[in-house]
Amino acid sequence: MTSEQHETGRVAVAKTCKLYVGGKFPRSESGRVYPVRDAAGAPLANVAHASRKDLRDAVAAARGAFPGWSGATAYNRGQVLFRIAEVMEGRRAQFGTDVAAAEGLGADEAAAVVDAAIDRVVWFAGWTDKIAGVLGAANPVAGPYFSFSVPEPSGVVGVLAPQDSSLLGLVSVLAPVLATGCTAVVVTSAERPLPAVTLAEVLATSDVPGGAANLLTGRAAELGPWLAAHGEVDALDLSGADAELRPELERAAAGTVKRVLRAGRGAPDWTAAPGLERLRAFTEVKTTWHPVGT
Amino acid sequence: MSGWEYAPAPESAAVANLRDRYRMFVDGEFTDGAGTPLTTLNPATGEPLAEVATAAQSDVDTAVRAARRAFERTWGPMPGAERAKYLFRIARLIQERGRELAVLETLDNGKPIKEARDSDIPTAAAHFFHHAGWADKLGYAGYGPEPRPLGVAAGVIPWNFPLLMLAWKIAPALACGNTVVLKPAETTPLSALVFGELCQEAGLPPGVVNVLPGSGDVGAQLVAHPDVDKVAFTGSTAVGKEIQRTLAGTGKKLTLELGGKAANIVFDDAPLDQAVEGVVGGIFFNQGQVCCAGSRLLVQESIAEELLGKLRSRVELLRVGDPLDKNTDVGAINSAEQLARITDLVAAGEAEGATRWSSSCPLPERGFFFSPTVFGDVQQSMRVAREEIFGPVLSVLTFRTPDEAIAKANNTPYGLSAGVWTEKGSRALWAAQRLRAGVVWANTFNRFDPTAPFGGYRESGFGREGGRAGLEAYLDV
Repeated sequence: MTSEQHETGRVAVAKTCKLYVGGKFPRSESGRVYPVRDAAGAPLANVAHASRKDLRDAVAAARGAFPGWSGATAYNRGQVLFRIAEVMEGRRAQFGTDVAAAEGLGADEAAAVVDAAIDRVVWFAGWTDKIAGVLGAANPVAGPYFSFSVPEPSGVVGVLAPQDSSLLGLVSVLAPVLATGCTAVVVTSAERPLPAVTLAEVLATSDVPGGAANLLTGRAAELGPWLAAHGEVDALDLSGADAELRPELERAAAGTVKRVLRAGRGAPDWTAAPGLERLRAFTEVKTTWHPVGT
Repeated sequence: MSGWEYAPAPESAAVANLRDRYRMFVDGEFTDGAGTPLTTLNPATGEPLAEVATAAQSDVDTAVRAARRAFERTWGPMPGAERAKYLFRIARLIQERGRELAVLETLDNGKPIKEARDSDIPTAAAHFFHHAGWADKLGYAGYGPEPRPLGVAAGVIPWNFPLLMLAWKIAPALACGNTVVLKPAETTPLSALVFGELCQEAGLPPGVVNVLPGSGDVGAQLVAHPDVDKVAFTGSTAVGKEIQRTLAGTGKKLTLELGGKAANIVFDDAPLDQAVEGVVGGIFFNQGQVCCAGSRLLVQESIAEELLGKLRSRVELLRVGDPLDKNTDVGAINSAEQLARITDLVAAGEAEGATRWSSSCPLPERGFFFSPTVFGDVQQSMRVAREEIFGPVLSVLTFRTPDEAIAKANNTPYGLSAGVWTEKGSRALWAAQRLRAGVVWANTFNRFDPTAPFGGYRESGFGREGGRAGLEAYLDV
């Protein structure tokens, strides 16, 4: 910023990075912030350091948004997800700068990551009205009954976003949660949170109902145990938990029989085409029976 | 009704070919376990039925090793089309020995023979028949062209439907190419051991199916065994949580079918006589010892009095007694321990102010029996409205609007099943959409089929059993 000032005579407007909870941008109730640095170690910004109370607020917001978001038509949810991609497309340059700084990539590499992230959102947008057809069934039961099975959203999903892949990894874990009709409480990458902060601004202007997606900048190790034990959280994606933290969180999740997405083998390749695993993990198959007769 | 009493119509206990002693089934052979033998009782008399060998840790190790060997050498590499034929054989053998199995199940469990004969055994056979067809069609199941088995699957099952729960675990596991170590419940091990004979008769390669009787500690050892790749558990929510904790961080695949406190909602336009039949079947089937039992009746206030009158009249006609009698509707509670739990919870219901009504049907003098019971004036905060009783006890609550019915129905940490009774199709589907439960029965209750996925929401567990969705639990996807 200093050099910029010398060159142009203009002082840049410093950005205060806040949380995204319930469709609003609050500071952490704790008042805490922490410094974020780029891949080379130069300071980038201070971001809000979410506390346990912020997490509880986010879960309450996600729970409150669940009936509306899960009750929306799949067509509507698909359009909202597509709208996220549209708005991201308009912010390609900013995402490129964020990702380059966060992950230490060159401009072209960062642009490719941003494009992949946008395309990923589009891919999941297309799934909203196909999940039921692909994961559901008409059951040919041996009796005079009509029996059908439909996948329904599990509820509030707690997500520890990947620590390294700050944007592509983030949308790869958030988009499937929203596509199923679940609502999300996401703890972003701790060291690389700025792409998530920009994504929050996109979410806020993309017709995503307030509370459907909540993004907390903070530490997985600090917030994870409360997220995993919270009675109003139905499912967990622990992508951003390290090998030591994960078993502890899985144990905490057992207290309320949470669904926990199975850990894949080795480090995930976020550039690879995703499968249905995340859509299956955060849905419940409901079977309904009705007699058939005159 | 006087002058129209039923004559006794007992099934012959001799059909069960009961023996004094049963042994574990490991690696294709019946062997003595290193554990302390247990005595399994006939809950209808309280008397011993047979002595059963139990497993020690060394037996768990042996069985898992045998299952691993069979997975690697015979069952895993075998083409699906060949595996299928073994499953078809097993389905046929269950049908052919159906009468023997039904009587054995009734003796060991206490359930009415008409339920074992008409429900448990045929449905168990149907599960093997259905899954046999999957063995060579897994590429069409929706998990990719060549989904792979997981390896050694551990099954831990409860005592309420011993052979049926065995089928729910073993049939899909084998169809998907896994081998199995099964721990039947402590109080009902017999049909699982006779199933070992069926495996021998079917020529199933040794080690593909292993049965280890014993108590909860054998189950715990099996679940924690490092060489088990997948755990499938049906039982209480408390034990399910413990298993989830045990497996935390191991990467092993887990499915849980846990408790329930299902709401059976009767709207004012429901056909009342049909609804009464459904409500009675929903809670008194298998003495109410059913995880998806409709244990909370939610009835619309305007018809509550009329419905309860009909309900009491109907329940009064249920015949409680000798499970081997073909006319018996309600048999014996499975164990003294379970009877004590039911008695405790019913006492809590009375103490908390609910109004108890029990059938006047005489109970047998011996054995573990409990009168069909209906609680009125139940509040949502009472233990009888919140806790799973797992016995012939129905709690009745009322509601005024459809929204209130849904809110009360969903006011539980459980979410296994629910019932809706209404003549209005749009209302039935509206309610079915809003009920947070894995199975919703509209104008029917307690229907099961191997093609229809079954499983819970929330603390009723995760994973599905049956149909295409059920295969996921046994595939590496």
